[in-house]
Amino acid sequence: MNIDITFLLQGQYGSLLLNGLLTTFALFGSAWILGMAVAVLIVVLRAIPFKPLDAFMALFVEYHRNVPTVVQILVWFFGVPEILPADVRAYVNSGNSEFMFATIALALNVSAYWSQDIRSGLRAIPAGQIEAARSIGLSFVQAMRYVSLPQAMRISVPPLLNRSLILFKDTSLAMVIGVTELTYQTKAIDNLTFRTFDVLAFGTMVYLICSLTIMFVGRCIERRYPSPYKG
Amino acid sequence: MIELIQKYGVMLLVGSWPHGQIGGLAATLILAFLGLALAFPIAILLGFARISHFKVLRGVVAGWVVILRGIPLIMLIFWAYFVVPLITGMSVSVFVTCLVAIILYESAFLAEIVRAGLQGLPRGQMEAARASGLSYWQSMRYVILPQALVNMIPSLVNQFVSTIKATSIVYIIGMEELTFAAQQINSIELTNALQTYLILAGIYFIVCLALSYAARLLEARIQKRRAGLA
Amino acid sequence: MIKLEKVNKWYGDYHALNDVTGSVAKGEVVVVCGPSGSGKSTMIRTLNRLEEIQKGDIQISGKSIYGPGVDINKLRASIGFVFQQFNLFPHYSVRDNITLSARKVGGMSVAQANALAEDLLNKVGLSHKIDAMPANLSGGQQQRVAIARALAQRPPLILFDEPTSALDPEMVGEVLAVMKQLASEGMTMVVVTHEMGFARDVADRIWFMDAGEILEDTTPQEFFTAPRHPRSRKFLEDILQRSVV
Repeated sequence: MNIDITFLLQGQYGSLLLNGLLTTFALFGSAWILGMAVAVLIVVLRAIPFKPLDAFMALFVEYHRNVPTVVQILVWFFGVPEILPADVRAYVNSGNSEFMFATIALALNVSAYWSQDIRSGLRAIPAGQIEAARSIGLSFVQAMRYVSLPQAMRISVPPLLNRSLILFKDTSLAMVIGVTELTYQTKAIDNLTFRTFDVLAFGTMVYLICSLTIMFVGRCIERRYPSPYKG
Repeated sequence: MIELIQKYGVMLLVGSWPHGQIGGLAATLILAFLGLALAFPIAILLGFARISHFKVLRGVVAGWVVILRGIPLIMLIFWAYFVVPLITGMSVSVFVTCLVAIILYESAFLAEIVRAGLQGLPRGQMEAARASGLSYWQSMRYVILPQALVNMIPSLVNQFVSTIKATSIVYIIGMEELTFAAQQINSIELTNALQTYLILAGIYFIVCLALSYAARLLEARIQKRRAGLA
Repeated sequence: MIKLEKVNKWYGDYHALNDVTGSVAKGEVVVVCGPSGSGKSTMIRTLNRLEEIQKGDIQISGKSIYGPGVDINKLRASIGFVFQQFNLFPHYSVRDNITLSARKVGGMSVAQANALAEDLLNKVGLSHKIDAMPANLSGGQQQRVAIARALAQRPPLILFDEPTSALDPEMVGEVLAVMKQLASEGMTMVVVTHEMGFARDVADRIWFMDAGEILEDTTPQEFFTAPRHPRSRKFLEDILQRSVV
């Protein structure tokens, strides 16, 4: 088997792959940021002692943890436009709606897992921390912002990282609704050239390099921001 | 939504059986269960290799695990689709292709579960077994493995849930399982997409939630038994 | 029966055992005591090769345990070992805990092994618990089962690594009673313990260890009345102030 990937690195195929790679990164980046924002929001909302809200958030979390990610993407892309008012739907369909829906689906999915990870981190903080924070006059939100969350984030770094890696791999699922990310492009090039082994090998290498990079970055973060408590 | 369920309920559950292939939820569960069951023996070998004294063996298995956990399952499925017919020299059914991909994928995760199970027992158990004259393998067989396998059960059930969710992607190469059935319904109905996909999500939700709950119950029971022996 | 000759062990740079030399005659009871970190547990674990040594030699019944033809499993099957944490196998009943080694290593039949188990449990006073699971036994009962398990190997020698340190005080007595009985029957025993009362009443010799060395190797009488080394004197002062000995 003659492995020759040079054809992939230039010209038409090279630009397809580059487009795929950039789309993957863009998808990963936007879903990461949006997901983290939603996760923190969920954590704060669930800390409010209001039962119905907590129950609703619990349902949100359980939905996103028990339904497969690709199904969540399908629900957003095929299902949600149906219930949008007509003019919004038109606006959405005119643009790059696949990317947007994929981002939303991936972000909400990862936010559910991250909210659980951060909440575990919060539970690991000794109760005395909050007491100390309140007794120096910080409000509930301030105590969260300056005392609890920073510590919870440090404790939660390993599971947050693990889920980030899964998010990166899940960007490949967006291909089912036509997002032109890396896996989509490798399939496209395969259909054009039939050099399946070469293009699959290349795509696999790229994913591996990115995964290893994420794991490495994670290791560095863990070392720089270690958990203040043992275990 | 009720009409949809009534009309397509059977299709979602078992596909076109008995007139055709098994599909739907049944196919999903069969694929997930078989995948895990066949991957488990491989995982046990990998788990033992991971705790062995030979650095090379440990490194090779660690590499295997890193690679299989670093690429998306879709990629593995494309690989299997391409490589399996090459190796066996004949055309292979979609089911077998998916099964091979899932077995490889799950072997990496299961290997970690096995390793954690073997290393999770108190050191004293191995020491007491060796101190009474049992060899390393005798100790594994009579003392460590029986306990480790029981302790692994909740993790295994959770991995089963993960696998069920993972199988939802195989419809793209034509495997007739639950998500495939929903896609078929959508292409027949053309409207009511939201309801169709919400039903799909609902089925996964119920199955996975029930299994996760069962795993939690098992975990609690096992913890109770362990706590009796401080 | 046991001979240690200039035994040395390192954990990385840490010198855990330093030229440890001593001997235990057949039928002798040797109690090893000393402050924590002194290497007493490490030393006793080298005797059945649960820990390996880097320099020196250990001989049991005249043969080096590091000799060329030594089968490590056969060696261990001929030495009884009782752990601080009992380490009973929780997934086996008391009966199966006791008979496991006899059946798998000693080649005994099930009937023979059962008879042996009943005999030994009677000896430690727990016949009625033969089919119980370890989780349903108290700490003292578990440790007595652990002793029966060690006896099931029919060893000429039993090693005890702080057998009562993990027990609630009211259960210490029942375990020491079993050990006293074994001693009176002529069993060769090496016991690492803090129980000075046991040392005074039962030991033939006392080894006091500190910082990886044996500083005292005397009779109990000499040790308690006139210890030679300043560190052993300090140890005795600390112990006797606290204990109700």
